[in-house]
Amino acid sequence: MTLPRVYQTEAIIIKRIKLGEADRILTLYTPELGKLKAVAKGTRRPQSKLGGHVELLTHSRLMLARGRNLDIITQAQTINNFLIIKDDLELISRGLYIAELVDAFTGERIEDRRLFDLVLDALKQLSQASDCELVLRYFELHLLDHLGYRPQLQRCTECNLPLKPETNFFSPNHGGVLCHNCGFHEPAARPISLNALKVLRLWQNCDYANARRVKISPELAVELEQVMRENIKYLLEKQLKSTAWLDKLKREIQQA
Amino acid sequence: MSTNLIPTAEPIAKLIEEFSKLPGIGPKSAQRLTYYLLRASTNEVSALADAIRNLKERLTLCSSCLNITDSDPCAICRDEERDRTKICIVEEPIDIIPLERTKKYTGLYHVLHGVIAPTDGIGPDELKVKELLARLNDGLVTEIILANNPNLEGEATAMYLQRLIAPLGIRVTRLARGLPYGGDLEYADDVTISRALEGRQEI
Repeated sequence: MTLPRVYQTEAIIIKRIKLGEADRILTLYTPELGKLKAVAKGTRRPQSKLGGHVELLTHSRLMLARGRNLDIITQAQTINNFLIIKDDLELISRGLYIAELVDAFTGERIEDRRLFDLVLDALKQLSQASDCELVLRYFELHLLDHLGYRPQLQRCTECNLPLKPETNFFSPNHGGVLCHNCGFHEPAARPISLNALKVLRLWQNCDYANARRVKISPELAVELEQVMRENIKYLLEKQLKSTAWLDKLKREIQQA
Repeated sequence: MSTNLIPTAEPIAKLIEEFSKLPGIGPKSAQRLTYYLLRASTNEVSALADAIRNLKERLTLCSSCLNITDSDPCAICRDEERDRTKICIVEEPIDIIPLERTKKYTGLYHVLHGVIAPTDGIGPDELKVKELLARLNDGLVTEIILANNPNLEGEATAMYLQRLIAPLGIRVTRLARGLPYGGDLEYADDVTISRALEGRQEI
């Protein structure tokens, strides 16, 4: 499909870097074109008419003109600015983590409307929910699911027997859970508690409203975060940079 | 490329190469600058060369505010007239210039040398935050003015510093965020207008 010279799209701004004197290169996530890089001219000047409409973690309607190399944003209008996220350091940090996750898992210009909806939904949930960690875990699970990395949580990935209600093992390179017998010999596997397994199974198959009904103890929240983080690190072959910042914020809250 | 094909004297080729590394200077502009300098007087050329050399050799960071300076402490920190109870936090040394131009601010500065950017792996430990906290120990400072850029990372940095400094009993203020002078309301985004409404004042 060849795009017209000028086209319109919705987009969520997931990344931006400075370019030249007052311009920026934005990374957009769009429903029709997937991930896309575009130039926003003059956005670092206070009087820029694009300005806040193309700020990070903003959902906007954009008009783009095809450029020789990168397309150029000519008009922008905010659809949802997620002001609640932007007024809260904890929420900003989690929003940026979601953005980094999407950027890391996607290639450019591959249409994926479902993924766009997932990201948009995650940001909406983040600006409503009291439990922002739950939103991250839910988003991680469903992102992996959608991209074809759905972790196997029902049967042992080695012997294929149904898992017993006991402490099993989680192994990112097996793509899911190992039973007690198989996981015991696997050095890369980590124990996963029965509660953690049950919560992940539930979240895999329910919506945000039901996901929120489960009571998660602080210890369980930490376990879930570690399981998902190891899994994502294995799939991406790198640690996301914003995790270090999330950890620091959590440490400082505990100290205060 | 053309310098490789057409035999050019080595010093000329070298200077063209160096110029074209500068932002906004292409190979043609680099050529023009080089041939201009070739015709300029020896004094003019050595003044330029000295200016460039001094940029790196004579400049350091002020040990107090971490601004770029040729004398430590810098001219602002040395000035007896300035209000030592206020510190204005800026992201980069260049941000001091517009603030000074207003002649409305008489306090001191502190340069963070960056902004918290989690997705680039930049946190407070990569910025001059420790140096700032050390300056607050003597109890002289009563107000911190956060002049971070009004964008997502700037706001995040401001919120983080607020959380860090407020428990010390120091007043923390933030530069007003709202409509820019000389702009049109029509083009303003929702966040800016929300902030402008929140911060409205009686006239």
